[in-house]
Amino acid sequence: MSGFFFVAWPVLAWALAILGGLYRYFTLRYTYSSLSSQMLAPGSLYWGSVPWHYGVVPILIAHLLAGVFPRAAAAAVSPPTALLVLETAGLALGLLSLVGLVILFARRLGPALRRVTSGMDWVVLLVLLVQVVTGVAIALFVRWGARWYPYTAAPWFWSIARLAPDPSRVAVLPTLAQIHFMSGFLVIALFPFTRLVHLVPFPITYLWRPYQVVSWLGRRGRGRAGP
Amino acid sequence: MDVRAQISMVFHLDKCIGCHTCSIACKNLWTDRRGAEYMWWNNVETKPGTGYPTLYEDQARYRGGWRAGTDRPRLALGGRASLLARLFHNPRLPALDDYYEPWTYRYEDLLGAPPGDEQPVATPVSLVTGEEMEIEAGPNWDDDLGGSGTYALNDPCLAALTEEERARLLDFERLVFFYLPRICNHCLNPGCLGACPAGAIAKRGEDGIVLVNQEKCRGWRMCVSGCPYKKTYFNWSAGKAEKCILCYPRQETQQVPACMHSCVGRIRYLGVLLYDAGGIARAASLPAAELVEAQRALVLDPSAPDVVAAARASGVPEHVLDAAGRSPVYAWVKRFRLALPHHPEFRTLPMLFYVPPLLPVMATTTSGRYEVVGDELLGAADADRLPLRYLAALFTAGEVAPVAEVYRRLVAVRLHHRAASVGDVPAERAARALAEAGLTAAEAEEIYRLGALASFDERFVIPPFSREAAIAASGDVHDHQEEEGAGFLVPPRRGW
Ligand code: HEM
Ligand code: SF4
Repeated sequence: MSGFFFVAWPVLAWALAILGGLYRYFTLRYTYSSLSSQMLAPGSLYWGSVPWHYGVVPILIAHLLAGVFPRAAAAAVSPPTALLVLETAGLALGLLSLVGLVILFARRLGPALRRVTSGMDWVVLLVLLVQVVTGVAIALFVRWGARWYPYTAAPWFWSIARLAPDPSRVAVLPTLAQIHFMSGFLVIALFPFTRLVHLVPFPITYLWRPYQVVSWLGRRGRGRAGP
Repeated sequence: MDVRAQISMVFHLDKCIGCHTCSIACKNLWTDRRGAEYMWWNNVETKPGTGYPTLYEDQARYRGGWRAGTDRPRLALGGRASLLARLFHNPRLPALDDYYEPWTYRYEDLLGAPPGDEQPVATPVSLVTGEEMEIEAGPNWDDDLGGSGTYALNDPCLAALTEEERARLLDFERLVFFYLPRICNHCLNPGCLGACPAGAIAKRGEDGIVLVNQEKCRGWRMCVSGCPYKKTYFNWSAGKAEKCILCYPRQETQQVPACMHSCVGRIRYLGVLLYDAGGIARAASLPAAELVEAQRALVLDPSAPDVVAAARASGVPEHVLDAAGRSPVYAWVKRFRLALPHHPEFRTLPMLFYVPPLLPVMATTTSGRYEVVGDELLGAADADRLPLRYLAALFTAGEVAPVAEVYRRLVAVRLHHRAASVGDVPAERAARALAEAGLTAAEAEEIYRLGALASFDERFVIPPFSREAAIAASGDVHDHQEEEGAGFLVPPRRGW
C-alpha cells in the first residue's frame, strides 16, 4: 500500500504532469489560458482571486524551496523565533488562501459563471479545497511542519528523484499529513488536464521584453518582403 | 531613417449617416461566435455620448494608453512588475456590463404560440446565462442622442466646455450630434501591445496591422486595459483576447476590409502611409500641444526622392511605394491637413484619422418657418455648431488652433465649389476663404473630388501583400507552418 501511495503515485503524478503538459503545449496550445471570468463577475473575483493567489503562491514557493534545499530550510527555522514567525506567516497565508478559495467556489454557483465552469473546474476547486484544508489543519495540529518537513518529506522527494525510493520517513507521519501529500500529488497530476496549466506560462519575460513588438515575415527577418 | 509602411485609414465624418452597415458587415464576418457576441470590432457611436464601452475615454477610470515620459512614453496602467502583480484581478478591466449583456430572442415563442387574441412576444434570453432577461443596455443604446440626459451629458469630452456651452448643447431644440465610427487604430505605439504580458500581440512590420496571436495569448487581459480606445476585447468563453484584424485575410487577397467595402456613406478611405519608425518614441512623449503636429511629421512624403531612397534602403517593396504614392490617406492627412487622429493625448499614435464634421446650423424653425441663419452661407459657422473646444478635446488633445485650421479649409472648399457650381456665393468671398485657409483653387477642387466623387479604386489603394511569395523567398514554406498565414490547425475551442 505505502509502495503505491509513496512511490508509484508521486512518480505517476509527475510523469502525467510533465508528459501531459508537453503534449498539450505542443498540440493544443490554444487551450493554455487563464480562462478568466473577471468580465462576468468582477467584484467577487477580486475577493476570491486576490486572497487565493496571494496566499497560495508564496506557500507553494516555500514548499518548493524547502523541498529542493532542505538543509538551508532546516537551518532557517532552527532559531525558535524564526520558526514561530514562519509558522505564523504560513498559517495566515493558508487561511487567506482558504477564504479566497471558498469565495471562488461560491461565485461559480451563480448563473453566469456556471455556464463557463467545466466539470474539471469543479474537480480542481474541490481538490484544492482538500489540499488547503489539510494544510491549514497540519499547521494547527501537526506542529511544527516547518521543522519536520526538511527531515521527512524532503528526503522522500529526493529519494524518488535519485531513483532509490525510501518512503520510510513519511510512512510514520500522521494520517492528516499523508492525505496532504497524496492530494498534493493529485494537484500535480491534474495540471495538464485542467485550467491549472495557467501558471506554467507565467509571463516573467514581460519584465524585460521591449514594449513594442514588430513581427516580420519569415524567421530571418526583414528585407526579404515581396518580389 | 527607418522607413516603414502602414495601412491606414481616414473616416470622413460629414458623410457618415450612422447606418451601422459597417458594424453589421464586421459582426457577420468575425464576431458571430460564442463569447464574442458583445464585441463590436467596428462600432458607430453618437457624439456627444458616452460611447462603447461606456465612458471608455475616461482614462482616470480605465488608465488606457501612455503617459509622457522623458525620452519615451510609459504605460498609464503602471510599471511592468505592478502589472504582473495584478494578473489575478485586473482592477482596470471593463466588466461585461460596461459593454452590455448580449441577448437573443426565443423565436419559438412566436411560431409555437397557440391561437389567441394577443400578439405573441418573443422573450429575450441572455446569451451568457441562457436565461430570460430584461434588456437594459445594448450596442448604440444612446444612438441619435437617445437618453441624452444620461449619455450625452456624461461625455468625458464635455469637460473641456464652459457651463454655458454645455447647457447650450443640451438645449433640446438646438441639439447637435454626429456619428463616430470606430475600429482599431492599428497604432504606431499600441497600448494593447505594450501591456501584453505574454508578448502575444505584435505589429506586422510590412503593413502595420496589429494582431493578437491566439496561440500565445494566455488570457491575462491587460491589453483590454492598455488600449485607451477599448478596441481589444476579451472572449469570455474562449479565454482569449480578440481585436480588429483590419480584415488582413481579405486584404491579402486584394479585397477591401468588410466595414469599408460595405460603407454606404462612402466615408472610408484606406491606403499606405510611409513613416519614420525611429521617431515613434519621441513623437509619443512630447507635450500634448505638440502631439498632432509630431504625428503628422512622422508621416513621410512618398514622392520625395530622399524618402523613396530611404524606403528602398529599409526594404519597402516597390509595389508598396507605388501604392503609397496614390494613397488617399496621405492626401487627407498630410497634403490637405484635413484629417486628425482620435484622442492623440492617449499617445498610441493612432493610424486612423478623422475629417471632423462641419455640422453647421444652416437654418432654424423658431417661428415655425424655415429660416436661414445669418446673411451668408456658412457665415455664422462658429457660433452655431458643436463648440470647437469639444472637437479639440476629441481630435487634437484640446488644442483649438489645429481644429480651427481644418474648419477654415473645409468651409473654404465648400464656398469655392458653391461659388463655381451654384453661383450664390460671391467669387471674392470664396477667394478670400481660400486665401485664409491657405488653399489654391486647384487644391480645393481636388479636395472636393476626393471627398465627393472619388471612385472605389481611388478610395481604397491596397498594395499587393504577397505574403506567400515573401515567405517562400525567405526559406522553405514548411519551416513556417503554424507560424504564418491565417487559420488554425486545431479548432479554437475553450480549454478545460
Ligand atoms: C504563479 C502565478 C499565477 C498566476 C499569474 C495566476 C493567474 C490566474 C488568473 C489570471 C486566473 C483567472 C482569474 C479570473 O477568473 O480572472 C487564475 C485562476 C485560478 N488560479 Fe491562478 N495564477 C497563478 C498561480 C496559481 C496557483 C499556484 C494555483 C494553485 C495551485 C492557482 C489556482 C487557480 C485556480 C483554481 C483558479 C480558478 C479560480 C476560479 O475558479 O475562477 N493559480 N489564476
Ligand atoms: S487602437 Fe488597436 S493598436 Fe491601438 S492600442 Fe487599441 S487595440 Fe491596440
